Amino acid sequence: MKERRSEAVIKITDLLFAYPSRDYIFKKFNFNFFKGERIGLVGSNGSGKTTLFHLIMGLLHPPEGKIKIFGKERKAENDFIEVREKIGLVFQDPDDQLFSPTVAEDIAFGPLNLRKNQQETKKILKETLETLGLTGFEDRITYNLSYGEKRLVSLATVWAMQPEILLLDEPTIWLDEETIEKIVQILNNHPHLSYIIISHDKKFLKETTNKTFKMINGKIEKI
Amino acid sequence: MVILIKEKFSEGDSLLHKLDPRVKIIVALLFSVIVAVSDKYTSLIGALFFAIVAVILARLRTREVISRLLVVNSFIFLLWLMLPFTFPGKNIYTLGSLNISQEGIKYALLITIKSNSIILVGIALLSTSSIFNLVHALRHLYLPDKLTQLFFFTYRYTQTIHSEYIRLNNALRIRGFKAQTNFHTYRTYAYLVGMMLVRSYDRSKRVYDAMLCRGFKGKLWTLNHFVFKKSDFITGIVMISCITGVMLLP
Repeated sequence: MKERRSEAVIKITDLLFAYPSRDYIFKKFNFNFFKGERIGLVGSNGSGKTTLFHLIMGLLHPPEGKIKIFGKERKAENDFIEVREKIGLVFQDPDDQLFSPTVAEDIAFGPLNLRKNQQETKKILKETLETLGLTGFEDRITYNLSYGEKRLVSLATVWAMQPEILLLDEPTIWLDEETIEKIVQILNNHPHLSYIIISHDKKFLKETTNKTFKMINGKIEKI
Repeated sequence: MVILIKEKFSEGDSLLHKLDPRVKIIVALLFSVIVAVSDKYTSLIGALFFAIVAVILARLRTREVISRLLVVNSFIFLLWLMLPFTFPGKNIYTLGSLNISQEGIKYALLITIKSNSIILVGIALLSTSSIFNLVHALRHLYLPDKLTQLFFFTYRYTQTIHSEYIRLNNALRIRGFKAQTNFHTYRTYAYLVGMMLVRSYDRSKRVYDAMLCRGFKGKLWTLNHFVFKKSDFITGIVMISCITGVMLLP
């Protein structure tokens, strides 16, 4: 990876990680992510794509290696609180993400955790719903939504936290073309957003990202 | 998607549907405690009357209310089979070698009135709010966060776990599984239950992770606060006075 003048917002050096009773997923793993980048992440099943996201968010902790995010080294649980406020991870299964009964409550969960007041939260709620084309969904019951709607609402719940970087884990899987097109448009309407997208959908990656990385044998390479 | 728990009574626009859930919880709690400890027949019949009026005010479908009462009364029916014959007291009738005691009948009657009044008030006051509003109300009444969250997540994820069960069960059936009295069936069911336990545990971890990623720090904040209206106050006072009045009956 080329050195740039500005420092990487996510800088992972010499990372080692393995799940119990499995081979190493990462060995001497290095990765840099710069502000403004829009990258796609591919790789075979079990190559550690989702694991990488979880390491960045501090849901998993590596036994060795350095994770530096926003210029600070992140090690303990408390170091990641700031990371989670600025980086938004959208999970693969929307049933993991949506736990509130109504769409409005679920979208408000993040902003309320950031200690926004009622008025600010309601404003963010309205804007988020507008941006994602979900206006009118406020009082819908989350578990009665269709799968595609659930995926869009999941994205909305993270979007509402106004993250600097988005991490999307297979955002198009099992979605119909219409919904995929909606997501493409949402992402392309916000050219200042940085993100990493895990996906096997080549067409989608071509439309939304400008480079692709591949995870292979515990390493990451540009393709 | 299969919906396991239906909140049949929570939609409507009667007086009781509009009442602040905090008031409803307090009145229902007060009513239940008083009815449970009271043993004056006049008061209990008054309480039953209060409960019936409340259900009428809630304007629910009579058939569904009765079907709920039938479930409870099927258990109470078992008491009627036992208590009159086993409770010591004055013998009023002899049925073969069994003696029916007056105290036994009185006791069974007492339990019947008490449980039916409490169930009816529960239907009229608590079922007329959605679970989520009740959870909010409990939080506003200073019930510990852990308890309200437990209550809420149990409700929310019973749904998901139920659909997981259906998926697993379908996977069994499409491969020709039939429940029989043999070791294969027992083992398969054990696997099914085990798999559901493991999956629920995994699910709970993922949900918690997703919450952490959105800045959860152990406290659920609410978006909509309840507005305590004058009418809520008046209805609350009227209901509490009625309950007190009923209890003071001679």
